[in-house]
Amino acid sequence: MSSVMKPARKVGIVGYGSYIPAYRLPATEISDLWRDGQDKLFLPVKQKSVPGKDEDTATMSIEAAKNAINRAQVDPKKIRAVWVGSESHPYAVKPTGTIVSQVLGIVPDTVSADMEFACKAGTEAMQAAFAFVGSHMADYALAIGMDTAQGRPGDALEYTAAAGGAAYIIGPAEESVAILEGSYSYITDTPDFFRRAYQHYPEHGNRFTGDPAYFKHITSAVKNLFEGLNLTADDFKYAVFHQPNTKFPQKVAKMLGFNKDQIRYGLLAPHVGNTYAGASVLGLTDILDNADAGDRVLIASFGSGAGSDAFSFVVTDKLKESVGRAPLTQQYVDRAIKINYGKYARWRKKILK
Amino acid sequence: MDIPRYWRLKNQRYRLQGKKCLDCGNLSFPPRLVCRKCKSRNCEPYEFKGMGTLYSYTTIFQAPDRFDQMAPYMVGLIDLEEGVRITAQLTDVLPDDVQIGMKLEMVIRQIYEDGPKGPILYGYKFRPVLKF
Ligand SMILES: [Zn+2]
Repeated sequence: MSSVMKPARKVGIVGYGSYIPAYRLPATEISDLWRDGQDKLFLPVKQKSVPGKDEDTATMSIEAAKNAINRAQVDPKKIRAVWVGSESHPYAVKPTGTIVSQVLGIVPDTVSADMEFACKAGTEAMQAAFAFVGSHMADYALAIGMDTAQGRPGDALEYTAAAGGAAYIIGPAEESVAILEGSYSYITDTPDFFRRAYQHYPEHGNRFTGDPAYFKHITSAVKNLFEGLNLTADDFKYAVFHQPNTKFPQKVAKMLGFNKDQIRYGLLAPHVGNTYAGASVLGLTDILDNADAGDRVLIASFGSGAGSDAFSFVVTDKLKESVGRAPLTQQYVDRAIKINYGKYARWRKKILK
Repeated sequence: MDIPRYWRLKNQRYRLQGKKCLDCGNLSFPPRLVCRKCKSRNCEPYEFKGMGTLYSYTTIFQAPDRFDQMAPYMVGLIDLEEGVRITAQLTDVLPDDVQIGMKLEMVIRQIYEDGPKGPILYGYKFRPVLKF
């Protein structure tokens, strides 16, 4: 085992913000259309979030980042890095971060890049931000995990492929609402899920996505983090995991020794679906909305291909005053306008005029 | 799409940047070179907060070609807090739920895509304010 990753300078989350589109497609709509409701007792989520016809990863990142900046109360000009992790960037070539930075007044003195690692692109952006601030290259960096995921019509993934995510202003520990204790990243070449260039929809290995991919990578990253920090599940108040469905995060929590109480916040997949690169980072915002000073929080992402990033944070007394400066994640969850399959198919460009 | 024009107008579309007359304090959006009130040219950029109330609205069913993807959509006359009335698309609200006088806030959304190969135009729209 290698050692836990820690930056030279103590860093943490100075501000956080979430975003979930307003629209929801009930899983029963998909089940009725493709399977005459045959699977209606075994649906992976209740409903999923659907972006409006004028939304994409850039517009959603802008709102989440605006919320994060409001909570951090940081001058946007002091943000020296903007990294957006997603597998649904609106342009194949032209960084989403350029649009986000311009709108938020971060330009021009910043670096920016799009990060890709399937569903862990968001935590990948956070790792880079921790390193950037942790090395004193900058005082603030903006890391975003956001997706408008697409599933092939009739495919199992269509039930869950959803839209949403979160943004984090990473900065010095003294200003943080949650201080980073350490992180562990773990990857292997595992072709559980992939999308080739120019293809609209991804391919996946059905049952292969479970044990050798999701469970293996998350438990490896988390166990190594535990060992390196000399912690166990009992030391954490809350934990959140990547959530491709309702069951996987609950199962992996149990495997690692967490009880139901520890995952009562942040398990949003049943209500919004799998927000891909947004999923674990969005779950963390729900925990921060509800946490108290001194609480230790674990987040572990999973990205197909495959890998996991695990982080341990300790909440500070700065959290409580910052929470109310932006909408709570639960407010976005509750802002649910139900749509039917027809509207969804048109908005997501599955049918064209 | 006229890319140079899109690029030039980005502060207006992204940040609701208008003009403030330094002689009489009058605000304008879209920005005007000459103050409408006192004819002064002594103006500086001014960013509106993006909060307002709905004065009136209409629904567009027959949209110009480039907005066809978005139709039907609602266009509103919005009274900004700073006292300027502007025109903008409404978003995240169903026709049955729109009410004259409702509180609105600015968000950035896609205005249109210039076909599958062209650039994507982003800009301000207004939605019912998220209370928190
Ligand atoms: Zn004037």
